[in-house]
Amino acid sequence: MDLLISLLLIVVKSLALLVIGLVLVAYYILLDRKVWAAVQLRRGPNVVGPWGVLQSFADMFKFLFKEPIIPDGANKGVFLIAPFLTATLALAAWAVIPVNDGWAVANLNVGILYIFAISSLGVYGVIMGGWASNSKYPFLAALRSAAQMVSYEVSIGFVIITVLLCAGSLNLSDIVRAQDTRWGFLGWYWLPLFPMFVIFFISALAETNRPPFDLVEAESELVAGFMVEYSASQYLLFMLGEYVAIVTMCSLMTLLFFGGWLPPLKFAPFTLVPGVIWFVLKVTWFFFLFAMVKAFVPRYRYDQLMRLGWKVFLPLSLAAVVVVAGVLEFLGKVAQ
Amino acid sequence: MTLATFFFYLFSIAMIASAVTVISARNPVHSVLFLILTFFNAAGLFLLTGAEFLAMILVVVYVGAVAVLFLFVVMMLDVDFAELKQGFLQYLPIGALVGLIVLVELVAVVGVWTVAPQSALATPTPGHLSNTAALGMVLYTQYVYLFEAAGFVLLVAMIGAIVLTLHHRPNVRRQNIAAQNARTRASAIENKKVPSRAGV
Repeated sequence: MDLLISLLLIVVKSLALLVIGLVLVAYYILLDRKVWAAVQLRRGPNVVGPWGVLQSFADMFKFLFKEPIIPDGANKGVFLIAPFLTATLALAAWAVIPVNDGWAVANLNVGILYIFAISSLGVYGVIMGGWASNSKYPFLAALRSAAQMVSYEVSIGFVIITVLLCAGSLNLSDIVRAQDTRWGFLGWYWLPLFPMFVIFFISALAETNRPPFDLVEAESELVAGFMVEYSASQYLLFMLGEYVAIVTMCSLMTLLFFGGWLPPLKFAPFTLVPGVIWFVLKVTWFFFLFAMVKAFVPRYRYDQLMRLGWKVFLPLSLAAVVVVAGVLEFLGKVAQ
Repeated sequence: MTLATFFFYLFSIAMIASAVTVISARNPVHSVLFLILTFFNAAGLFLLTGAEFLAMILVVVYVGAVAVLFLFVVMMLDVDFAELKQGFLQYLPIGALVGLIVLVELVAVVGVWTVAPQSALATPTPGHLSNTAALGMVLYTQYVYLFEAAGFVLLVAMIGAIVLTLHHRPNVRRQNIAAQNARTRASAIENKKVPSRAGV
């Protein structure tokens, strides 16, 4: 009986997180398009609902009611599994993200490793989709994407290690609590680890295939990348997975560098606001930065992308791990 | 039946089934995908025994990195299935022999093996320590030389692989990033006074 109740509780918690999260993602997509439009002096989506607030839902229904087309030469099973895999893995990462003190579906001891592991699996959706389409452009895009994601994962890993050295825990809630000092937002890790914060932000752009690193779907070279052959709900799942992964990266930056649910200043009007509001505000801020980068940075060339990952970020972040560990040891502040 | 037992059988059955599919699948890409599923179930089994760190590292290293490279290679191989099946009977005797030897060895090893009968049962998390911390304590103190040696072996292998595949072609024009970044407005742009009807 206890078993059943605990199972039911997990299901209810996960469902609540999923529903709220997905509605949030729908509005983040709208925000993305609105910001992009504003930079280009356009209005963006403004027809469906007041100020276009229902646009994402209209798009969703449109995709759902269309006919899914499977190419003749496609490897049917893999072709259909790929988008599901992308969306499921992207959503699975949310299980360990604490949106407030103690508000996580699973409070894992190795939460950060879990997210790292799940996000490293995201590449499979892309490779499988590209290969199963049995078409040249998707295949080329899949190869590009796999190389890109594997490259940037390395520097992301090292950046995470510097944060872990400072916090002394792999638990995401503990990492946030370690940033809880009386200095407010000056005590969060973005200040002492500022170079790492920048590297993480750029690597997150590359890891989620956002512009300026969207070589996977470079329209001028590969039509629409690995999802050329996809249509209807399968395409919707790919897009959903992509945006969910972006939101996950934004929340990861919030947790690692921006103090998660902590208020920026430790006195009255700020401390009264619930932690979950601060969390969502910070995630929205990072998503806004992602949208702005998309709007005004031109696309990288492929060799420049690889050079940045392997020759610039990897040595820098590796050196940073050594330096941060050395400084912590020198100051006697190694977390036990 | 507790939840843990249920998940143990679930992961085990899925793991064995997908491991069998790895060797029986016709399409090599399907084989690799089922291999990934096998790794995944192994990670689930690690989680059940409380070895959470090992489970995550298994996924990060084997599924996230090694299997991606496998998939890369297999996808780009131009495999001719008809040709692949032709050699089957020809190689069957020697394959069966190797398989038999391995089977006998495995039976011999497992048959005489007992899990540390005298010592107490191994606990996943010793005392108050978390899994990761406990592993780190042992790895960086008692086994530090072995750990470093393993790291060196991997480093040598990596450098070897790079040296083997690296070949400089002389006639390729490469971008020199430092020279590119050192360019200034003065060195890149030149204003010329072009007289009318004369050209540059």
